[in-house]
Amino acid sequence: MNAARRAISALGELLVTAGVIVLLFGAYELWGTGLYTAAQQDNLRAALNQSWAAASSAATPTQGPSPSPGTSTTPPVKAPVFDITQVPIGSGLAVLRIPRFGADYQKVIVQGVGVEDLKRGPGHYPGSAFPGDIGNFVVSGHRTTYGAPFNRIDELKPGDPIVVQTATDWFVYRVTSSEVVPPTATDVINPVPHHGNEQPTKALLTLTTCNPKYSASQRLIVYAELDQRRPVADGPPDVLAKG
Amino acid sequence: MYGWIWRQLPGGRGAKVLGCVLLLAAVLALLFFVVFPFVEPRLPFNDVTVDPAGVSPS
Repeated sequence: MNAARRAISALGELLVTAGVIVLLFGAYELWGTGLYTAAQQDNLRAALNQSWAAASSAATPTQGPSPSPGTSTTPPVKAPVFDITQVPIGSGLAVLRIPRFGADYQKVIVQGVGVEDLKRGPGHYPGSAFPGDIGNFVVSGHRTTYGAPFNRIDELKPGDPIVVQTATDWFVYRVTSSEVVPPTATDVINPVPHHGNEQPTKALLTLTTCNPKYSASQRLIVYAELDQRRPVADGPPDVLAKG
Repeated sequence: MYGWIWRQLPGGRGAKVLGCVLLLAAVLALLFFVVFPFVEPRLPFNDVTVDPAGVSPS
């Protein structure tokens, strides 16, 4: 009798422990992964700002203060222009802002949509267009974990601005529509969504994420079309000032 | 199980409590830094891309 009682008590302890571990895993998914992404985003933003600054200073002929010989820690001459098409997988290429989500909403878009890339931030589909180009600039992001950059994109309404900042320009896209598709609907990322080999004539932005939240059974797709192109030198577009 | 661990911990009550805290911290660190990051990509919560096979890399 004593042995049976002890076995049941041990089983109970094991079950309680398993329950606590599952709860901890939930906490990790919701918050722990976000801490990782926040740190990665800080790194990406610093790296991006640095390479943008290097590119713009290289573009202007005027020299800054010459570095003193003792502190020549600056790396050797980089590519004079920030070439967005040459950004390696996992590095930042542009900054995404969505005024509806507040002025604080600034996510560095990384190149690539692999598991590790998307842990760092929203990812640009390699092979899809680059910001402002004719074609389809496709960006995927997490809906729930890892900072959940696309958590609320279901709230976007037609006409909402989505701003993409590159080394040279601000691109203001306007949401045109959204839809829920099965995970196999790869034609949403075509240069002309839902069309096979049609030649694109518009500069589009497509956001993809999972749907519903905490599930992977469907994909939520938000489409936007380029509305305005503004050189970085002219300052942020009006839609950001209002946000 | 937990009673057995308590009996195995050395020292008096204070030392045992300290031992418990250390054990708990070790287990939590193992879970958060090793087990969860290993398990997480294998679960389907985060498939955000579209691809023909329906088995997304992310």
